[in-house]
Amino acid sequence: MKQSRTTLAVASTTLIAGVSLAVSADTLHPAVETLVGLGYPAPQEDELVHIPPTMADLEASDMHPETKAVIRRGHDLFTNTQQLRGENVHNDMNCSSCHLGEGRQPFSAPVWAAAVTLPDYRGKNDHVNNLEERIAGCFAYSMNGTPPEYGSDDMLALTAYHQWLAKGAPMYPDQPIYGRGFPPPERPDELSYASGEALYMENCAICHSEDGSGLYQDGEYIFPPPWGDGSNNWGAGLVRVFTAAGFIKNNMPLGQPNSLSDQEAWDIAYYMSSQERPQDPRYTGDVAETLERFGPTFHRHSLYGQEGPDGEILADHANWGEKGDEITPWNVGVPRFEALKEALEAQ
Amino acid sequence: MNGKRFMGTSKRITGGLGLLLGVGLAAGQAVALEGDAERGQAAAGTCVACHQADGSGMNVPGGESWPRLAGMDADYIAKQLHDFQEGRRQSASMLPFANMLDDQQIVDVAAYYSEMPVTEAQGGDDVDDALLARGEKLALRGDWDAYIVSCMSCHGPRNEGAGSDFPGISSQHAGYIESQLRAWQADERRNDPQNLMGAVAKRMSDEDIRAVSAWLASQSVASE
Ligand code: HEC
Ligand code: HEC
Ligand code: HEC
Ligand code: HEC
Repeated sequence: MKQSRTTLAVASTTLIAGVSLAVSADTLHPAVETLVGLGYPAPQEDELVHIPPTMADLEASDMHPETKAVIRRGHDLFTNTQQLRGENVHNDMNCSSCHLGEGRQPFSAPVWAAAVTLPDYRGKNDHVNNLEERIAGCFAYSMNGTPPEYGSDDMLALTAYHQWLAKGAPMYPDQPIYGRGFPPPERPDELSYASGEALYMENCAICHSEDGSGLYQDGEYIFPPPWGDGSNNWGAGLVRVFTAAGFIKNNMPLGQPNSLSDQEAWDIAYYMSSQERPQDPRYTGDVAETLERFGPTFHRHSLYGQEGPDGEILADHANWGEKGDEITPWNVGVPRFEALKEALEAQ
Repeated sequence: MNGKRFMGTSKRITGGLGLLLGVGLAAGQAVALEGDAERGQAAAGTCVACHQADGSGMNVPGGESWPRLAGMDADYIAKQLHDFQEGRRQSASMLPFANMLDDQQIVDVAAYYSEMPVTEAQGGDDVDDALLARGEKLALRGDWDAYIVSCMSCHGPRNEGAGSDFPGISSQHAGYIESQLRAWQADERRNDPQNLMGAVAKRMSDEDIRAVSAWLASQSVASE
């Protein structure tokens, strides 16, 4: 059997909680079976399959009541990040707008993966990041905001929730992680803006609206905006067309993953990525210069600074969205370990 | 409006086409027809037998429940009435009554019911706590291990509805919710846009259906 050597790390109170189980999985976990039934790939040999615990498992666990309360708070912040609106969040998103299923879901960038692989080097900011800094990144870009302070109550609660989800998974695993990130489907030869637009109107607009503004009703979050002022800014991971294609193919339309063909997912991603959104916080004041600086590590995968559908240059503006130009995320462009880096380079 | 029924073709009309037609009608109405609640009250004279004078409907255990219409979104109500008329939604009980209404009367009764305060639902009592807890989980957080997306992520905050496409299901009768979920499972109800509801319903077990129906019925909706 192909899956027989897959390491299955299951953290659940029904099994030995908190122990990394290297079991020979002749049968797949029901959650993985569901995924395979929905057209996701089955785990490859040697992939690490981790089924994160649920909030019910947390309640049933015998952790200290205060620890439970803090993890619960982290879950609440993750699924209702709008409670930090105006302070740390300046758009219409929750963390769970992109990390579906409360951050547990494979193929929807399950966030526990960061808890067992960090601290690690990250190309986007060219130094070693820990879990707090990784989360801070999603605040600065995906939430178009500025992160809670390192070590603050909110940051601690969020990291506690991430770590709780990783319960039972091995630290610094040698194996690749099953369902990590938003794995993109194979890129087709040609991408079509026109078909992307038509497909978006047919499959997505009912929830995300025709103009991409999503749906807020009586001031309450319902559907997040895939572009525009209320969306993630130009520096967020989802602006890379392949990441958007991976997100869409694996997660949208909501409830019907893998229902679009690879071509359709890419065309819609291309259409979506060609729309405007708030400026990248790394903007130097000049779109071409910003592109030159961050192209090699990031924007060569996005349409930043490229010609848009109406012939104008995308992201050639100083529109920061609701954040305005007063607030700059304190974590962006802050180097670390400079002395170490110099020493390494001198070797 | 008997002339515009095309029952024979209903089986071949897909959810997607249903949506297009529905949107077309709704858009057309927005320009041409405006609902009037007072006229609606007159047109709703025959409806009270089942849906009751206060729009509360009735939970009928072991029989066919009548849905609460009070406080439902007007465009959603109008879409359902057109769907009954045109065979996109099947119900032997409702069909003759839907057919009594012309397009103007449809928007009128829709306005009439939408303006009523939401009433309490039945079928959520006498259910054990474990089942209710399961129902609450499905409604608010879903069960992603079975790829059941939370009802709330489409039906809006507190499951009280989102726009005109996603009806409020909180404080709806348990018997009615159950019957609709089962109808989707059996492909007997297919008038949802893009199969959005059908895809989720088909992943639910019998227990899931009983649990979520009971929990939703036990919720009160605060009227403004
Ligand atoms: C606009 C969509 C979006 C939002 C909103 C968002 N993220 Fe992310 N997040 C991403 C993308 C894209 C990635 C990178 C996935 C990849 O390709 O590896 C990511 C990665 C992560 C990772 C690393 C996962 C890994 O495999 O190492 C963590 C942790 C994370 N996000 C936490 C958060 C938190 C906490 C929030 C809310 C404060 C948040 N994210 C909001 C899109 C988003
Ligand atoms: C039934 C409603 C629905 C449909 C249809 C739908 N989405 Fe979504 N989408 C959601 C919800 C809800 C979320 C956020 C998840 C959450 O909050 O639980 C989301 C999240 C997203 C996100 C990440 C957040 C953001 O706004 O950038 C993108 C991108 C997205 N959807 C794109 C699409 C695309 C493209 C399609 C069509 C192929 C589509 N969606 C169809 C409901 C829907
Ligand atoms: C004989 C009982 C009966 C009468 C009288 C009746 N209905 Fe109904 N109605 C039902 C039943 C049963 C259903 C549920 C049908 C199903 O299972 O799909 C229903 C469903 C509906 C729905 C769809 C509700 C939803 O939540 O989707 C609407 C709208 C509606 N009726 C309006 C009316 C109007 C307006 C009248 C009067 C013109 C009327 N009904 C008369 C029994 C009745
Ligand atoms: C992906 C979006 C989506 C999700 C998730 C979803 N629904 Fe729905 N649901 C719909 C749509 C769209 C309709 C309206 C169908 C129509 O227009 O006829 C609907 C209609 C319904 C109805 C019929 C209401 C009436 O008045 O006739 C019931 C009952 C219902 N949903 C229950 C649920 C339950 C229970 C859940 C959670 C387990 C759920 N839905 C999750 C999209 C969704």
